[in-house]
Amino acid sequence: MQTLVVLLVKSLVLLLGLITAAALLTLVERKFLGYFQYRLGPNRVGPWGLFQPIADVVKAAFKEDIIPQDADRLVFRLAPVLSVFVGLGTFALIPLGPPVHIGGLTIPLSGAEPNAGILVFLAIASLSVYGVAMGGWASQSKYSLLGSLRATAQMISYELALGMALVSVILTTGTLVPAEMVAYQAQHLPLVLMQPFAFLIVFISLLAEGNRVPFDLTEAETELVGGYNTEYTGMRFAMFFLTEYVAVVVSAALMTTLFLGGWNGPFLPGLLWFVLKTALMIFVVIWIRATLPRLRYDQLMSFGWKVLLPVAALNLLATSILVVIGWIA
Amino acid sequence: MIRELAKGLGATFKVLFRKRETISYPEHKKPRSARFRGRHELRLYSDGTEMCIGCELCQVACPANAITVYPAENDPKNPHSPGERYAYRYEVNMLRCIFCGLCEEACPTDCLHLTQEFELANFSRDSLIYGKDRLLAIEPSEFTIPKNVYPEFLGRKAEK
Repeated sequence: MQTLVVLLVKSLVLLLGLITAAALLTLVERKFLGYFQYRLGPNRVGPWGLFQPIADVVKAAFKEDIIPQDADRLVFRLAPVLSVFVGLGTFALIPLGPPVHIGGLTIPLSGAEPNAGILVFLAIASLSVYGVAMGGWASQSKYSLLGSLRATAQMISYELALGMALVSVILTTGTLVPAEMVAYQAQHLPLVLMQPFAFLIVFISLLAEGNRVPFDLTEAETELVGGYNTEYTGMRFAMFFLTEYVAVVVSAALMTTLFLGGWNGPFLPGLLWFVLKTALMIFVVIWIRATLPRLRYDQLMSFGWKVLLPVAALNLLATSILVVIGWIA
Repeated sequence: MIRELAKGLGATFKVLFRKRETISYPEHKKPRSARFRGRHELRLYSDGTEMCIGCELCQVACPANAITVYPAENDPKNPHSPGERYAYRYEVNMLRCIFCGLCEEACPTDCLHLTQEFELANFSRDSLIYGKDRLLAIEPSEFTIPKNVYPEFLGRKAEK
């Protein structure tokens, strides 16, 4: 009974926290993109524009909900919901801090701690492709279809490199559970120093998974109108939109956990270190969006298959040799 | 390629610490030049007489046909302008005006002047046809009635 209550409270806190973080991220991104471009971002709606996400949500809620006439109604409605579920589900597996001791109970600060840890994360993240594919197909419009096909191909291509880089991380730390990976980094060095190539590969793959610049061809308005979310309006569009920002937060959190040492750090409480490191990664993602131009689709695919995957494989080979020799525990 | 990426990222990063160019309108407004062409104004001489003599040159000069002038003869006992003629009705259709300033250049008495006001938006078409009441200047200018230009006008009946 106690554990059930703990679970419910934790789930609620994590859910609210993530959605608030994603909504705030929409504002933070617009502000920082502005600062990177010699201008102020939104600053009218509240001090520093802080109520802008609320205004955006209210606007989305009041917009007319359009379903195209030939659309597959069930799938059309299901696609954004699935995308949001995937985003929220992946966040549940990431430990936010050291286990908390309250009233005799030891509560780990993640939604769930399965033994297969990272594998479950990869499995849920792979489901994100379904949301895109279903959204594009159910819209019954040529822009949506092409956009979703491209997005699907892009996402599954970069998942391979992601998986392989994660295998080298698993080999190095010797465990699948993210909390134990953080503990490993407390005893040894942060993995960004031990596995720099894996860090880069994971970073680039997560950018591609989330359809972020420079891999955002599939949702660039100048290219495909809106890609898979062209026909979506109002709250459904807001759900797709939110999913993208949830994916950014989750990617940053994953990289913090796996490579930057999670909640480790002197003086400050673990949760604060986690938030700071995640914020740094999010800053880098926004910085890249402000700087880099978009990759063309064929450049994107050839980069994923011909550069990233071989590098990931070589990294895995080198890591395995080092583990066998005994240089890495 | 890494070097180019680094240079690009450095260029954007530096901008974070520079001053932003955004002007917070409406609290701050961008300064306009002295010759800025905004809303029309019919100026007055320093003693309050209208400078407009109703010559209709501005109407002729306007490329968009925005100005309409109805001239009339001055009443000698109560003249609006020095001389014989004044603008009885003067209308500028702000919706047709292109703010080119040709009317200001054409005015022979320097009466018509384009001020610095540009926030002229309104909600109905009728409200944007400015009549003489809205166009007349509120305060007299520093211009004085030029000497030896206007002969004394005692009315048409006086000439007979």
